[in-house]
Amino acid sequence: MTTLTDIFLSASAASLVELLAFDPPGWGANLLRGLLASVGIACGSFGLGLLIGICGAYGKLYGSPMVRDLFGLYTTIVRAVPELVLILLLYFAGTDLVNRLLTLLGYAPVDINGLIAGICVLGVVQGAYSTEVLRGAILAIPQGQIEAARAYGMSPSLQLRRITLPAMAPYAIPGLANLWLIATKDTALLAVVGFNELTQTTRLAAGATKAYFTFFIAAGVLYLALTLVSNVIISRFERHSRRGMPSVVETR
Amino acid sequence: MSTTTTIARTSDWLQPHRIVLIVLAAAIVFACVFFMRWDWLPAYLPLALQGIWRTIWLLAVTAALGITLAIPIGFAQAAGPAFLAVPARVFCTVIRGTPLLLQLWLLYYGLGSLFPQFPWIRESFLWPYLRQAWPYGVLALTLSYAGYEGEVMRGAFAGVPKGQLEAARAFGMRRWTAFRRIWLPQALRRALPTLAGETVLQLKATPLVATITMVDIYSVASRVRQETFVTYEPLLLLALVYMAITGVIVFAFRKIEARIPARLG
Repeated sequence: MTTLTDIFLSASAASLVELLAFDPPGWGANLLRGLLASVGIACGSFGLGLLIGICGAYGKLYGSPMVRDLFGLYTTIVRAVPELVLILLLYFAGTDLVNRLLTLLGYAPVDINGLIAGICVLGVVQGAYSTEVLRGAILAIPQGQIEAARAYGMSPSLQLRRITLPAMAPYAIPGLANLWLIATKDTALLAVVGFNELTQTTRLAAGATKAYFTFFIAAGVLYLALTLVSNVIISRFERHSRRGMPSVVETR
Repeated sequence: MSTTTTIARTSDWLQPHRIVLIVLAAAIVFACVFFMRWDWLPAYLPLALQGIWRTIWLLAVTAALGITLAIPIGFAQAAGPAFLAVPARVFCTVIRGTPLLLQLWLLYYGLGSLFPQFPWIRESFLWPYLRQAWPYGVLALTLSYAGYEGEVMRGAFAGVPKGQLEAARAFGMRRWTAFRRIWLPQALRRALPTLAGETVLQLKATPLVATITMVDIYSVASRVRQETFVTYEPLLLLALVYMAITGVIVFAFRKIEARIPARLG
């Protein structure tokens, strides 16, 4: 008969070390490689999302009615459909489209790198959310600052770089921080399309060794560490972007 | 009078570019209906309806269980003693800091491989349920909702002005009465606007249970794709179904919010 201690982690610390060891019978190196892939995808998709978000926020605020409606449609649809469905749709449709385009142009179809596909797909999803965050942040900038920039004769791009982006940062950072944390966790969804990031690696490791608790908890600890480290860095960014502003004391 | 306002409203809504967009959308829908393959639809319709029902059931059950769990978790963090507040905070951090997919697989594969090793569990009346996938799906989604909503409830409980609670004490209300009549209703009212967003997020989390073999609408669509080799049509229909459910959720919460007086003390 098996006892509780037998089952939990197959008990001994020795086997735990063996399972998570870096050298090949252990899966430690694979897990870290998975984590690295996850962080890479999260960084890429967050950056792409930020780019789309800046364009989207500008389009929604200052664009022509058509542009405004199209961005409205984009944010509404992406935020209403589950990420998993969007990933499947964009993953298949995107690779299909690129290959058709290539054949049309007379090139041979290519196998699209999973990493790039993942970044693009999650970036499109992130873009919808960051459009809304950045739109709100731009609206929170005191109108006089933007008018002053215009009065100085700044070109729109200079105005974006010198006034709008720095001035909106303190309003945007809490929302963007949330988005970054969502991005790190959304990378796990790519496991469903078979991309080898942390969650998928963990499932493979757990399936091969039958030590489900060990590996899933180890992966959970890695994700949690990523979140906590991000929080520390984000709070530093936030303090930097808030410099010179009156401090907001939370009242209870 | 009323006719002029309706005319004003329609003309507001029907600007020239909108007409172009509507025509374009109609053309796309037309193209989708006539140039894509929908012949599989009648055969899979009963299964799809069952899947939609399963998704809605899962959403309703986990949201209801999750909010009942979130109230004590939020309250413990806002006003509880340290030995309750610290575990509650750790719970929220862990749930919010790890992907739901990982939590789901931990519960399903981990607990699922743990339980059969105990004979007394296998002999208990719960065993027929524990062998299926849905208890694990419901548990994971409930915990996730409780974790996210617990954090919201913490802010909501902390945001109720102290004067209200002091007034309740001054009226001679006992602690439980003051909680039930003053603190909880005001906190819930504060949390209501975020509740709609959280519920939509919960809906978007439900397709994950397809990875542990639960048959919701998402897994019906996957099955159609595997059996008929039709790639896009089921996914498009799936997106449409989720958008419709999201619309219903947003509409329902807007109705509820409109019924509750907005002014907060």
